[in-house]
Amino acid sequence: PPTPNLPRSAARPGHSSGEMMMMGHGHEAKENPRTQTTQPIVTGASVLAITYADGVMMISDTLASYGSMARYKSVQRIGKVNDGAIVGASGEFSDFQYIKDLLEDLTDEDFDTADGRELSPKEIHSYLSRVMYNRRTKVNPLYNQLVVGGFDTSKGESYLGCVDMYGSTFKDDIVATGYGMYLALPLLRKGHDKKMNEEAARKLLEKCMTVLFYRDCRTINKYNIAKVTGSGVEISKPYSLKTEWGFKRFVDPHSSE
Amino acid sequence: FFSLHSLIPPVPYRPCFIPPPLPAPHTTHLQGINLEFRTMDLMMEASNPKGYLSTPGPDRNGEHMMGTTIMAVEFKGGVVVGADSRTSTGSYVANRVSDKLSKVHDRIYCLRSGSAADTQAVADMVAYYLDMHSVEVDTPPAVKTAANLFKMITYNNKDRLLASIICAGWDAKNGGQVYSIPLGGSIVRQPFAVGGSGSTYIFGHCDSEYKKGMEQKECEAFVSKAIAHAMSRDGSSGGVIRLAIITENGVERKYIPGDKLPFMKDE
Repeated sequence: PPTPNLPRSAARPGHSSGEMMMMGHGHEAKENPRTQTTQPIVTGASVLAITYADGVMMISDTLASYGSMARYKSVQRIGKVNDGAIVGASGEFSDFQYIKDLLEDLTDEDFDTADGRELSPKEIHSYLSRVMYNRRTKVNPLYNQLVVGGFDTSKGESYLGCVDMYGSTFKDDIVATGYGMYLALPLLRKGHDKKMNEEAARKLLEKCMTVLFYRDCRTINKYNIAKVTGSGVEISKPYSLKTEWGFKRFVDPHSSE
Repeated sequence: FFSLHSLIPPVPYRPCFIPPPLPAPHTTHLQGINLEFRTMDLMMEASNPKGYLSTPGPDRNGEHMMGTTIMAVEFKGGVVVGADSRTSTGSYVANRVSDKLSKVHDRIYCLRSGSAADTQAVADMVAYYLDMHSVEVDTPPAVKTAANLFKMITYNNKDRLLASIICAGWDAKNGGQVYSIPLGGSIVRQPFAVGGSGSTYIFGHCDSEYKKGMEQKECEAFVSKAIAHAMSRDGSSGGVIRLAIITENGVERKYIPGDKLPFMKDE
């Protein structure tokens, strides 16, 4: 996909765009090295996903932080691509919105072609990994860690993988981004079973998100959970989980008992 | 207790002491804009060189900071003090139930923000000196004395400490008092004080909700609501709300768990 070209006057305010348009594209890198995304501003925290008996389940919280501030508290960081796949993202939120637009264009193409086939989750994963690696090579990355999950109806199998901002890809039954890599992965690995039912998968993911809410400063207690199965994609409305604060030593750290 | 290489102790001024020329004004306060919280956040970021780690995780090089929300309000019979309970290392929550309300004497508490280590050390020192002092004068110490001890330590060691403290309590002479001792080591008495990184989100709220002459129950509600609002927006504040009500009759501690915070509008 073509990298969006900002009007030249945006990079050099004070110059009229009429003048700028006369210059060739070769001058771009020399004069205005693009520094669009060297640091993320509005960021999302962890996304966790696992495969289970019916397909793939993914969970994330609904916060987009502005540095240490919990600025946007009702944001959806898991998006539907088509009836067989979903993508979740952590990192820069604007880059995730851009990626969702790219995927929407792809899905629209599929719709227009009208050949009865839509992109499989594996193909979406591959496409995203090319996009991320391409941006990395141009030293203008999309500052995200993406989780691609889906159910390939033609093969009747779940698919789960991740791509990061460098273009590194992994395909696995358990995927986590951000702090989830450190705190949730070990818990997910311990409790995961490919044949677990929906209830068990949900409980496991929720347990891990609660741990992340306790231990990651950039989270809130409000989540979206999504599942992809043979019957399609379902992304839940936001909901909260119970948290535990009643231990004796919590209430009175100085107690001698 | 104070070795050659450690902090300058809080020694009282002597009559022959000539104060040195004032150093350049501390740059944390710049043109009326309070950058205190930014300094703390910058310090937190400075300890992990990439502010947002591309491979995230606990900040193993950083010291424990208390990005925090602390608050104290004076009322007729004493003070109500409150704080959140989150201690963070980078963006990892090192302790989700910390106790930032430190007793320095029976009726004097301090609320700590900044470096967890620095504030714990300073509070312990002040508690030691107050203990000595109260034996020497044979009365419970004045809140003003405790606050000035904090000031002496943080001011004289301003280049080595990251401690922003609110000292509040009750004494027989002047009743409930709240003193703010921010980063540079100034001391300011206020009817109510807020501090820590979360305080920036509630200055407006507190300024509009505060009323002179509030009773104890009203003060408790004021403090817990304000801290809940700050915890809701500040990533470095969270956990539970700890309150302490200090009066002539003693100290009553209260605990508001994280799932029972006073307001929880649909986020």
